[in-house]
Amino acid sequence: MNFEYTVSGDDYSLAGRASSDIKKKLKQLGIPATVIKKTAISMYEAEINMVIHADGGIIKVTLDPRHIRIILKDTGPGIPDLELAMQEGWSTASEEARELGFGAGMGLMNIQRNSDGLHIDTVVGEGTTVTIVLNMED
Amino acid sequence: MKLTEIMKLTEAELLCGDAESQDYKNAFSSDLMSDVLTNEADEAFLITGLVNVQAIRTAEMADISCILFVRDKEIPPNMIRLAEESDITLLRTKHTMFWVCGVLYQAGIVSVY
Repeated sequence: MNFEYTVSGDDYSLAGRASSDIKKKLKQLGIPATVIKKTAISMYEAEINMVIHADGGIIKVTLDPRHIRIILKDTGPGIPDLELAMQEGWSTASEEARELGFGAGMGLMNIQRNSDGLHIDTVVGEGTTVTIVLNMED
Repeated sequence: MKLTEIMKLTEAELLCGDAESQDYKNAFSSDLMSDVLTNEADEAFLITGLVNVQAIRTAEMADISCILFVRDKEIPPNMIRLAEESDITLLRTKHTMFWVCGVLYQAGIVSVY
């Protein structure tokens, strides 16, 4: 089962709509509540990152009997130092992002904590692809 | 504690949702949404001064069913609409976050951690 979303970078108030939709779909499919919460939090943090750092992008979500795979692809500025970006508390977020309640350098750690797999491919000046994997069984 | 009792203690008004049927033991207070997303308790309500749509989205993702806004902030209609769609109860009080946390802690509401 596949779902695809185009995420706009223009309107911060719309950030999270894709994650909200996936959460509703997983509920309808009868996925365990703990897996839904982990998926929603991981995807939402990544979707927020995509909006505040990369001016939006495309999210593809694939469900198979064993895994939920979320691929977020953007053509933003890329991450110059991934190791630094993975450190809790480090952030390059704008004042506007901070006003939303984000940009404290916790997003990637939250994704890592809630998911069963996180992979980031990034090229400066070309963009970033974030792959998040969750196991269907908690 | 019944949500109606929490409203009485914090002098909060109901903006949307159903206060009659909800009961809470725990609360979490923060203006930082990434912090809220680390909350692992399912039966906690959120106390915040952050007024934007992402406060509602964050509550939705973290399975938080009630938000109490402090400092008498104006809550725009699009936030109330989104909360109603997401089945999230919204409350508002004129008091500060510190005052609200103090009163509720004294009355027996405990921290999630």
